[in-house]
Amino acid sequence: MNNSKRTEKVLVCCGTGCVSAGSEKILDSFKKKLSDSDFDVKPTGCHGYCQQGPLVVTEPDGVLYARAGEEDVQEIVNSHIENGKTVDRLLYKDPVTKDPIPRYSEIPFYKKQNRIILRNCGYINPEDISEYEKKGGYLAVRKVLEEMSPEEVIGSIKKSSLRGLGGAGFPTGLKWEFCYNAKSDQKFIICNGDEGDPGSFQDRSVLEGDPHSLLEGMMIGGISTGAVKGYIYVRAEYPLAVKRLNIAVKQAREKGYLGRNIFNSSRDFDIEVFLGAGAFVCGEETALIRSIEGQRGTPRHRPPYPAQSGLWGSPTLINNVKTYASVPNIINNGTEWFTRMGTEKSKGTAVFSLTGEVANCGLIEVPMGITLREIIFGIGGGTTDGSKFKAAQIGGPSGGCLPADMLDMPIDFDSLKDAGAMMGSGGLVVMNENTCMVDIARYFLEFTQKESCGDCSPCRLGTRQMLDILNDIVEGKAKPEDIELLSELADGVKSASLCGLGQTAPNPVLTTLRYFRNEYEEHINDKLCRARKCKALISYKINPEKCTGCRLCFKNCPENAIEGEAKKTHSIIQSKCTRCGICIEKCPPKISAVECYAGVE
Amino acid sequence: MQDLDNILSSFEGKSGELIPVLQKIQNELGYLSEEAMLRAAEFLNIPESKVFGVASFYSQFRFTPTGRNKITVCEGTACHVKGAKGIKEEISRIKGIEDGETSSCMEYTLEGVACIGCCALAPCITINDDVHGRLDKKKVSDILKEI
Repeated sequence: MNNSKRTEKVLVCCGTGCVSAGSEKILDSFKKKLSDSDFDVKPTGCHGYCQQGPLVVTEPDGVLYARAGEEDVQEIVNSHIENGKTVDRLLYKDPVTKDPIPRYSEIPFYKKQNRIILRNCGYINPEDISEYEKKGGYLAVRKVLEEMSPEEVIGSIKKSSLRGLGGAGFPTGLKWEFCYNAKSDQKFIICNGDEGDPGSFQDRSVLEGDPHSLLEGMMIGGISTGAVKGYIYVRAEYPLAVKRLNIAVKQAREKGYLGRNIFNSSRDFDIEVFLGAGAFVCGEETALIRSIEGQRGTPRHRPPYPAQSGLWGSPTLINNVKTYASVPNIINNGTEWFTRMGTEKSKGTAVFSLTGEVANCGLIEVPMGITLREIIFGIGGGTTDGSKFKAAQIGGPSGGCLPADMLDMPIDFDSLKDAGAMMGSGGLVVMNENTCMVDIARYFLEFTQKESCGDCSPCRLGTRQMLDILNDIVEGKAKPEDIELLSELADGVKSASLCGLGQTAPNPVLTTLRYFRNEYEEHINDKLCRARKCKALISYKINPEKCTGCRLCFKNCPENAIEGEAKKTHSIIQSKCTRCGICIEKCPPKISAVECYAGVE
Repeated sequence: MQDLDNILSSFEGKSGELIPVLQKIQNELGYLSEEAMLRAAEFLNIPESKVFGVASFYSQFRFTPTGRNKITVCEGTACHVKGAKGIKEEISRIKGIEDGETSSCMEYTLEGVACIGCCALAPCITINDDVHGRLDKKKVSDILKEI
């Protein structure tokens, strides 16, 4: 392809995914090679298409290079930048036709998205405040300061029907109004960036890719509710996000956007970054507040809600990263623009991290109401290697597993709740026939059981008992009546726990029981794991027709569970075998004599 | 003791600073020693039991020194689905240490972590600050040979 428009900018994705794949070296190499030209070489936050990383994008022609390496930089410079000819071998290829697709806007993964919250992620240098401003940044907060009363701002947020994007979906405008109405000399505003759900990275991507949008949203929240101090609670496990947030706060202070008399107004507002110390329960708002106060992060009874009595007893507004990042958009573009997207009760967009057994992993933003099928098979490009789709796990440890016949359900806060799952923070993990649903339920419960703070007994004891039963099932020791007991315990934990962690912890178990009960029954009654994941319920055998007697399995078996002479057929002594799987790995692929079966003899 | 005083000098001594104080001590010294926690309690004017209560609540804090190389296996959902368990077993087998253990030569510490958020690179591990993704058992053993 020849470019009519010349390349002016080279954007190198420096999100966590691409950095770990080596994008910083690519960035340095571009900088060196283009140092004496007027090309703009920039690091950006996450472009979203992590599967194809490291990503390099050129602007304004909008060409995307996938899986680029440091060694490819010279060729891109010589061919594309100097002569306007794209390097075809590095372009994204259509998986079916194998034709290269140069422009990222034409790639199916991007084509079907609607990027509102992620509008700047991947397009600006997150470490430079002026780039955010060039994209219209900090106009909304100026408008709020100069033209709008707090009532008008809160009215707009209410009218937009924005709901909390941390997962629970509480109406944001109402929360702001409660905090505004609370009488106090001192109020606080907190951003909940404690994204602890395994399998999700949306908040991290916003923090890394567009930190100023969050700061601006918090400024607007602070100004309209009357808070003068804000805290961003972010996981210490996200070092890059912490670094970029600190840079953003520093730059905003230098510009006079944070601190005293912000934007030359009579208002004061400042933000501090607080590092979480690794406790999933701190995603619960009252636990998070206790953590900032320097205490153990245990939740407390509500009411009073934080909007009435929060940090150090003062009224506190607390929202998720994506919720705040949505606010400047709504102020700039109006509530009508926002309510045009989404479903009747869930307006706007949702951000998901699409991972697991799906062809295109990455970070996506879609309008509320899109179906799972459109996400997984449209944007995601289907399951890996065309394997059979089994389930989509949505919402992490608080969410649930939805089966294939729910693929056409429109996704929003309410439909997911009805299906027994929840939006959660937006993790979407695709599972194929190699995933055991009982093992997945056990996996999530092991996580929530470990993370239970132990304050209330239904959660502390209930999750433990449930986990014991699930362990028995995957180990082949369970009795048929255990399914009923498990389901009864799950209902108990769900209804009697103090906070959101316990109230939602049984969801993965309840949804797998609801949609994949047959797998539980097979594990218990037939001692069989159809996905061949649960070691106690599978067996390895050597196919005598294929075995050449090369002795590789014999030599490597740690249990001496293989017998047979050299150059003669081998066999496995089932009573000694621990199903470690070393034999199947060691058997040369050309021979593939070791086979794994579901079930035991 | 001198080190601890230096670390604490950047704080005001308010009880709300407990978590940042513990984080800084651990960053500088590698772990929370009994001495350090007693000193933090004195500095913040709070009971020693509270310091230990908070430190033991959060998974970030550790009470024993770590090895020179910290190997962290991501156990997030995407990694779990893509075989993180096998990766961890392989590291255990090669280095002879279980989850949470440090090798006797103080060279390696192995830990599982809930999620490092590199789900598109699953299964992945971090060695010190570097992320290694899209692993299988073979790649892991190659990477371990290099450290």
